[in-house]
This record gives sequence, structure tokens and C-alpha cells, in this order.
Amino acid sequence: MTDAIHRRGWIKGVAASLTGLWLAACNRINDNPDVQKTLLKAEGLNRRVHRALIDRKALAKEFTAADISKDFKANGSISPGDKPYRDHLMAGFKDYRLVIDGLVDHPMELSLADIHALPSRSQITRHDCVEGWSSIGKWTGARLGPLLDRAGLKREARYLVFHCFDTLGAATDGSNQYYESIDLIDAYHPQTILAYQMNDAVLPVGHGAPLRLRVERQLGYKQAKYIARIEAVSDFKSLHGGKGGFWEDRGYEWYAGI
Amino acid sequence: MTESRSVAKVLTYRHTLVVRISHWLNVLSICLLLMSGLQIFNAHPSLYWGQKATFAEPWLHMGAVTRGETTMGVTTLGPLSFNTTGLFGYSGKVGAREPRGFPSWATIPSYRALVDGRHWHFFFAWLFVLNGAFYVIGNLLNGHIRRDLLPTADQLTRKHLWHEIIEHARLRFPKGEEARRYNVIQKFTYLAVIFGVLPLMILTGLTMSPAVNAGQPWLVEVFGGRQSARSLHFICANLIVLFVLVHVALVIVVGFFNSMRSMITGRYVLEIEDGDAA
Repeated sequence: MTDAIHRRGWIKGVAASLTGLWLAACNRINDNPDVQKTLLKAEGLNRRVHRALIDRKALAKEFTAADISKDFKANGSISPGDKPYRDHLMAGFKDYRLVIDGLVDHPMELSLADIHALPSRSQITRHDCVEGWSSIGKWTGARLGPLLDRAGLKREARYLVFHCFDTLGAATDGSNQYYESIDLIDAYHPQTILAYQMNDAVLPVGHGAPLRLRVERQLGYKQAKYIARIEAVSDFKSLHGGKGGFWEDRGYEWYAGI
Repeated sequence: MTESRSVAKVLTYRHTLVVRISHWLNVLSICLLLMSGLQIFNAHPSLYWGQKATFAEPWLHMGAVTRGETTMGVTTLGPLSFNTTGLFGYSGKVGAREPRGFPSWATIPSYRALVDGRHWHFFFAWLFVLNGAFYVIGNLLNGHIRRDLLPTADQLTRKHLWHEIIEHARLRFPKGEEARRYNVIQKFTYLAVIFGVLPLMILTGLTMSPAVNAGQPWLVEVFGGRQSARSLHFICANLIVLFVLVHVALVIVVGFFNSMRSMITGRYVLEIEDGDAA
């Protein structure tokens, strides 16, 4: 009897120690910088293979109104508490101006009325979150391509950076400001829009009011919400963490097609 | 009876270098793909059918449920609900349990880190795919698949199939001359895994990429939508785990040392009874 209890305690102890060793070993391998560097080699390979094999002008599938999710999940920031944003929200965005600057010939400040007057597009597409879920929604907004033509991109411009109103997480030093970036091929893709409507209603706060990017064919974290400013740049190394986006600075892939 | 016969041990060459190399690379890549896959699954431990998530009605869900003072891990499978505290939904050391799909010992890293899980997964996916191509091309060229994996006519008779099923159920496996070749159930299983489950794993994996879906829209439709593809990817992973468990169990049953030696050095010992060999 006591022997059996002793034995059970002993087996449990060994099992717990072995599990502890296993976890520590796995985490040590995972946290090793050389291992991380090796794993990241696949990221560049994936991007290059996708670039080589997938037509970059291919359209994301568009669905019908019957397919629209009734439970489209709002993720990341869903109600930014940042003061400039709150002020705009309280004022119904009447003083909101979308700034377009950086490497452009004609820097612009556009009101929501100006943006509504731009060539627009509606699309019912599937939004794929990096976490694994998908929701389908209808987006209406200004096509980015014609807008960029009006701003006149300079020759050196290679990327567009979307600076957002929201901060995500607890830091107060500005290191958690949300931002994203895309290249010019994606910027001129016909389905790339600055959406101001979702499912035929004004874009809700949870989904990025007053303006969110839709760059279909990439994951959800690329679809920047609460856009304040679009900056044309030659590279994004000097911005924030240098990886071209909030989640990219935290290790996620800049090319979010996978 | 056997005492009147002598048993000869015959050393045969069983596994080619192509098979042995690809086998062990597969062990490595499938282990890490599984552990990183479970890490990715844990970011949203629910599965759905169709294109989109129906958050209120997953067909599979692992989560933590708190009632009063106690928190339990609960796994729901359709209308069924199971208490899986300590394993699925809510696990960790007693007193320091946390809500998570699969437990920490099953994921890489042990702590919650979707970003690391993705990096491991997409790296070892390449090793897995290249290794699979090496295996298939190498063994088509050297004739291993045609010669050793396709069942022969005598194995496909109803009598033989029935005999094999009965023998397997009794855990009695071919010995002597019959053990020179794979038995028919073994052949069907290997063929189903190599040309069924593993390619399905790769294809359902590809269709979770929104870029692949834009470039090859037909592929995700074949699986019934992106969330269906994610579900099938998960189910196939389970089938692989099941295959590995049975495979390792049978390796132990038929002779662990002999099987391991043959998968490392290629040499396998057959015990051939006198008069058995013709």
C-alpha cells in the first residue's frame, strides 16, 4: 500500500521533471538567436516563391451578399482611447483630414467629403486573420491607385506607410503606435481601397472608422484601421521598429500573404 | 513441430539509403510541424466548415469555462462536451493553469507565441515538401514504389486479404519468407499516407494562404472554403499522429531492435525455418 503510493509519487516526480526538462530544452532551442535567424530564411523564400508563382494582379475572390458574416470579428484595437482619435470621434470626424505626404509631388489633406468624391469600389471579400479565423464583409471605399496618381509619387517612392491613430498595448512612449506598409504593386491593385463603409453602413469604430485599408490577398493585420496619414517612402527602416508595421516589429512577416 | 527444425537467421538488405534518409528527415520535420501547428491552432482553438468562421458554432472548440470558484478545460465536439482539464482548454501546473488549446508540452515554444509557431511551421514545411519530393522521385526511379509498395496480385485475393485482417487482429505478423515483403495492410496504409494524407496536408496548408487563394482560386473551393481547409488540415494532422502511434507500436511488437537497425543500417534479420525457404 505505502509502497504503491511511494511508487506513484516517484513516477509522478520523474514525469514532472522530464516534462520540465523537455519544455526548457524546447524553449531554449526556440529562443536561440541562430535558430531564429535560420527559421527566418524561410520567410524570404516564401515571399520570393509567391512573387514568382502568383500573378500579383490576381483578384481575391469576391463573394455575394448572402455570404456576408453576421459576426465579423473586430480585432486588435477596437475602440482607441488615444486623445486625437477620441476628439475626432466626438466631432463626427468633421475636422478629420487624411494627410498624404512623403515622397509625393503634391502633398494633400483630404476631408471625408473629399474622399467620398474619389473613384470608389465595393467588394465582398474574405478577411483572414493570422490567428486562423475568417469573416466575410462588404467594403466600399476610395481606390488607392487613382488617389496616388493625383498626389504624384516621386521616382524614389517604393512603399506607402499607413500611420494610424491607435496605440495597441500598454506602452506610453509611442513605441506601440499602429502602422503598416505596402509596396506600390499592392497599392495600385484594383482591390486596394481606403474603405469608409462596411456592409453598406458607415465604417464602425471597431472596424477602423473613419478609414481603413483593404489590401486583399494578405492577412488581417495588414488591413490598417484608423488611418491618419499615408506617407510615401523609399524604405521604412527608420520608422518605429524598422520592419514596416506594428506586428512586423513584433516578428510577424511583412509579406502577409501566408 | 519447431524443435525438429532449425531456424536460420538471414541478414537481408531491407531499406535503401533514399528510404532511410527521407524517413529520419520526416521524423524531424513532422515532429516540429506538429508542435508548431498546435501552437498556431492555439491562437484560435476552434474549427469551422465553409469559407468563414461561425464563431458561436464551431464544430470543435477547446476553451476554459469558469463556474463559481472552479475553472475547467472544456472540449466541445459538435453537440458533445467533455471535461478535459489539464489536457485541452485549460492546462499547466496545478495552481498555475492557463486557458490554452493544447498543453505546453505539445507546442513549440511551450509558451504562447503564434509568431514563433509560424516561423517553425513555414521552415519545416519546406523540409517536409522537399524531402517528400526526394522520396517520391527517388523511389519512382529505383522502382521501390512499384516493386515493394503496390500490392501484388496474390495479395489482393479476397482469401488473402481476409487472412491478413484476422492475423493483424491477433497481432500475428508474417515471419520467415513472407516477412521479406510488406504485408498487404501495411502496403495500403503506406500508400494511403504517402499519396493521400500527406499531399492533402500540403494542399490544405497552401489554401490557408490568402495569396494562394487569389492566384489559384479553384483549389480552396475543392476543400469547401478556407475554414474547411483549416479543419481538414487539422484532421489530417490527427491521422498522421494516429499513423505514427500505430507504426511505432507495431515496430515494438515485431521487434524494436531489428526494425531500428533496418531503418538505420538497412539490414534486417529474417528468421527462416529450415525447409521454409524453397
